[in-house]
Amino acid sequence: MQESILDPRSEPDNNRLAGFLPRKLNKWHYTSGALALLVAVPLLVVFSGWLKPETEIWSHLADTILDQLVINTIKLVVGVGIGVVILGVSLAWLTARCEFPGRKWFDWLLMLPMAMPAYVLAFVAIGLLDFSGPVQTALRTWFGTSNIWFPEIRSTGGLITVMVIAFYPYVYMMARTAFITQGRSTLEAARMLGASSYGIFWRIALPMARPAIAAGTTLALMETLADFGTVATFNYDTFTTAIYKAWFGFFSLQAASQLASILLLLVFVSLMLEKSSRRKSKYHDSMRSGEPPRLHLSGWRGWTVSGLLALLFLIAFLAPFIQLCLWSFQVVTTDFDERYLGLLAHTLLLGALAAMVTVIAGMVLSFARRFQPDRTTLVTTSLATLGYALPGSVLAVGIMVAASGFDNGINNLFESIGLNMPGQIFGGSLLALVLAYVIRFMAVAFGPIETVLSRIRPSLPEAARSLGATSSQTLKAIYLPLLRPGLMTGLLLVMVDTMKEMPATLLMRPFGWDTLAVRIYEMTSEGEWERAALPAITLVFAGLIPVVLLIRRSQKRRK
Amino acid sequence: MKKYLLSLFALVITFPVYATDPITVYSARKEHLIKPLFDAYTEKTGVKIQYITDKAGPLLARIKAEGRNTPADLFMTVDAGNLWQAAEEGVLAVTDSKLLETNIPVHLRDPENRWFGLSVRARTIVYSTERIKDGELTTYEDLADAKWKGRLCLRTSKKVYNQSLVAMLIARHGEERTEQLVKGWVANLATAPFSNDTKTMEAIAAGQCDVGIVNTYYFGRLKKKKPEIKLALFWPNQDSTGVHVNISGAGVTKHAKNRNAATKLLEWLSSPEAQEKFAGLNMEYPVNPAVEADDVVKAWGEFKSDDLNVSSAGAMQATAIKLMDRAGYR
Amino acid sequence: MEHLLEIEKIHCGFEGHDVVNDFDLSLAPGTMISLLGPSGCGKTTMLRAIAGFEPVTSGKILLDGRIVSSPKIRVSPERRRVGMVFQDYALFPHLNIAANIAFGLPRESTAEKKRITDRMLELVGMEGFGHRYPDELSGGQQQRVAVARALAPEPRLLLLDEPFSNLDTELRERLAIDVRDMLKEQNMAAIFVTHDQHEAFVMGDSTGVIHNGRILQFDTAFNLYHEPANRFVADFIGHGRFLQGEMLGPDKVQTRLGILHGNRAYPWDKGTKVDILLRPDDVLIDEDSPIRCFIQEKAFRGADTMYTVGMNDDSELLSLMPSRFDYKVGEEVGIEIDIDHLVLFRHQS
Repeated sequence: MQESILDPRSEPDNNRLAGFLPRKLNKWHYTSGALALLVAVPLLVVFSGWLKPETEIWSHLADTILDQLVINTIKLVVGVGIGVVILGVSLAWLTARCEFPGRKWFDWLLMLPMAMPAYVLAFVAIGLLDFSGPVQTALRTWFGTSNIWFPEIRSTGGLITVMVIAFYPYVYMMARTAFITQGRSTLEAARMLGASSYGIFWRIALPMARPAIAAGTTLALMETLADFGTVATFNYDTFTTAIYKAWFGFFSLQAASQLASILLLLVFVSLMLEKSSRRKSKYHDSMRSGEPPRLHLSGWRGWTVSGLLALLFLIAFLAPFIQLCLWSFQVVTTDFDERYLGLLAHTLLLGALAAMVTVIAGMVLSFARRFQPDRTTLVTTSLATLGYALPGSVLAVGIMVAASGFDNGINNLFESIGLNMPGQIFGGSLLALVLAYVIRFMAVAFGPIETVLSRIRPSLPEAARSLGATSSQTLKAIYLPLLRPGLMTGLLLVMVDTMKEMPATLLMRPFGWDTLAVRIYEMTSEGEWERAALPAITLVFAGLIPVVLLIRRSQKRRK
Repeated sequence: MKKYLLSLFALVITFPVYATDPITVYSARKEHLIKPLFDAYTEKTGVKIQYITDKAGPLLARIKAEGRNTPADLFMTVDAGNLWQAAEEGVLAVTDSKLLETNIPVHLRDPENRWFGLSVRARTIVYSTERIKDGELTTYEDLADAKWKGRLCLRTSKKVYNQSLVAMLIARHGEERTEQLVKGWVANLATAPFSNDTKTMEAIAAGQCDVGIVNTYYFGRLKKKKPEIKLALFWPNQDSTGVHVNISGAGVTKHAKNRNAATKLLEWLSSPEAQEKFAGLNMEYPVNPAVEADDVVKAWGEFKSDDLNVSSAGAMQATAIKLMDRAGYR
Repeated sequence: MEHLLEIEKIHCGFEGHDVVNDFDLSLAPGTMISLLGPSGCGKTTMLRAIAGFEPVTSGKILLDGRIVSSPKIRVSPERRRVGMVFQDYALFPHLNIAANIAFGLPRESTAEKKRITDRMLELVGMEGFGHRYPDELSGGQQQRVAVARALAPEPRLLLLDEPFSNLDTELRERLAIDVRDMLKEQNMAAIFVTHDQHEAFVMGDSTGVIHNGRILQFDTAFNLYHEPANRFVADFIGHGRFLQGEMLGPDKVQTRLGILHGNRAYPWDKGTKVDILLRPDDVLIDEDSPIRCFIQEKAFRGADTMYTVGMNDDSELLSLMPSRFDYKVGEEVGIEIDIDHLVLFRHQS
């Protein structure tokens, strides 16, 4: 009869002994399945590369560079993984739970590196710190010799450092939300049981924040695996290098697809493992009862922390930012024209549009995961978030092929019944581009929303229902306000990521829909970094808009 | 905010639709290098041109996927290898045009006239004017000699410019000899390969190494920015094969809706009127022999260039990459 | 008699995993009952089925004579007019207290909302707390707000799911009495679920003892204690130990501690082996008694002391003595059975 959409236990099939396969499929299976299908279509295009095995390229790669690529990739993933967890979690703990000079500023300053594309950071780092860069040149002049030791920036360590600095904000933002929303009572209870503040961190706060940390790290690692721009700047060969080599070098999109599908398969398996390992424990916060008191770092300890954070901010954001500004000044008179406003408007519009659609889709997926926690939804939701792990260009082509296949099908149909062919409908349309962003960034929206949703106690929506609220009223009055931190983080991350996104934007934008990222690409691909600085700096400012909105909003609420 | 976005959205989607069919170009040559020419063409003829830019690989995949519904009339890209591959994949149509055949030397276009070079880029040796003596430099091959140990800087082998350079060497010397050469280069490297030519040149200027191999227009750009930099170009292989050259170029697509207009545009781009600007915008060399290079470019001196058809670079590209992988050239 | 709630033979759970089993219950308007049972007995599931959160696999639930739950029909929770107070209070953290209480009154005018909210706050003794947020209140205060919120829309039935289990003991007892009085004042029909028998007896006019998804006995507190219908109830309610014996006559049992007489007849044959329920107040410590045993444990409880006494066959009994008698652990004492009301179960070996 009156089915309730948002009641966790309303489904006849639902069982609280999760893990049983459902006897029949219900609406959560269908909705999450539909989203998974949306993502799966371009992925299937990628997997279809196996229809024509490229044994020659494979054996060449296996004979020459494949083992080194795999080792390099593993080194990178392990290094970046450890780095973002340590940096992201400790920064989150410091700003969420401690008090030290300038803490309110660092709260949001530490998010800013998010707006700095990783490849820009990479280029600036190499530009500054390589042999020919100003730092080493100055040192050589200073000591009057060319034989000075300096750590090689173009190395595995250098690359890992740059990527950690570029990707830690994912972990930072999610862990911070988790730490802030951990209830006072849980932590005070722990305190009463005799745990020191050190012990609380390790034994209570950290395990409780684990889903958030895992979600943030997953995003960072997926981005690491899919990255091409940063590793290319370092000339560091990873698995993705092999994918592009097969495609652009050997002109074999097949071989590239085959390599990419192996990467995907690995990511899918690790996603499933990570999520099913977490599924056993529920992380409902027993009582959300106020922000817990902060640990006051007084005197030299507080100032040391401020100093270190300031240094980090300098390295991760300020230095590249200043460098970009300097470069921009050189070209602003020649390159800045009225078209810039159009670029900015397109960038913001696409970012906002993609962010909204993706966040809604991510929310639907999270609800499916919550209300139907069986294996089927685990598979569909994991599948639906895979787009983030694929190198951008490969995914973009997959989407393009799928969209064109759709268009061609319609055209053939029209022709076969004797009508005029409508030509391109979907391919090259704004809708296709936004869908491409949704497919690419689903994981980015899903992660933060799911972690917040999993912390909403089921009794809250049930209380609302028992007070007479319908399921849609419950969604509006209970879920949406409580999900707000997750929705905001999701919106922000997706918007900034969309604005930075290149491959899909380049390939699928409608004619004339150039964005700042397109302009950056135009310049960097020809090595004209100075001229790329102007759009890059504009992009950073554009990325600041949602960050500032988010901060103002959360501050308003706190009053 | 919401209202603003909405009205902006409405404004954007109702952007004027062109009265005449525009020519649609998929270009891997960058916007700032083609837009001025397209604007000039539109001003002159009234024919509108719309374009998207991306890397050659994705654009080619897009044309293929779109099949006969593709809006693309013209495929424009850098590097003969990409053009060769586009022709291989069957997305380019044969264009018969006397004008193109006269304007463009035979070794800079497809033997079957599916694509045409529009500008020439020379990949040559750059050296430190402080540490290289007259007569020390001779050929690309010579850089494999042990006397250059620790003095050579190269860009990554993943860049197509190096792939086509090695492809041409293979065409001249065969695989075995070329592999020895490349191994020699790798042994002489002063530091790991760089991600771009500018970095290579900066390393030479800073004293990390003494010579490198770069495209001339990168040298031009760096020199323009830092006129005092102590670097110069050397034209190798003048007694034998000549300087390695590559092209940027274009071809009309097989399913072009606006074939005649696209051919006219291509012809115009090869004409003296357009060539000067087309090459000059990027400090490249014009393909049209009747057109002189930009003054800055001319100042680097005359040289003999390799007259082997640039399409061999494409045909040999895979072989070249495999060879470089085997030789340990990253 | 008109029933507000009727539950007929319902089952909840999944195939092969019935959490609620053949459950029957009816409730008259204005009455309050308690459902008492150990954790995992199905009492919460029962409550959730009434609220509409849990489907039934067979049987039916009627409210005011209308079916609200059956395998085919399920009226959604918001249309049942059944209020619920949750174990974790489930106060909405993003709304202040007034907004929490007014949540169930979306159709009322602002003035009416305020009037009801104020009245509810007054009812639960929380005047002036309307603008506070849940996280600024103590556990007991949150509990009161939860009750006020559930009462505000005037439900026909209120369900309380272990509402006091998160509070400390002292507060728990006081609040239980307060809440009962509030509900009585409103003449509210209520079902109260708990694992704590004291709470159950305070809150319910009568109490159902639940085990394995069934009601084993539904009765007043006095009868549950003194006339347990079966061994589980006897064991679960109050303290007590069983003593073996043999029927001598319908009201006479031979035990190791002598012959016991009761005021009730049992239909069993002479010689039938039985277990006699001995409550602590049935066992008196008497220095002069010939039945000797040892004090094994003692628990001082203020007015009286609970002794566990061990006999030489390793069985034990409980004895409740005024605390002025003070025996030491290990001390040898005599005991005497003082019982006029025999509760017997057939012995199961």
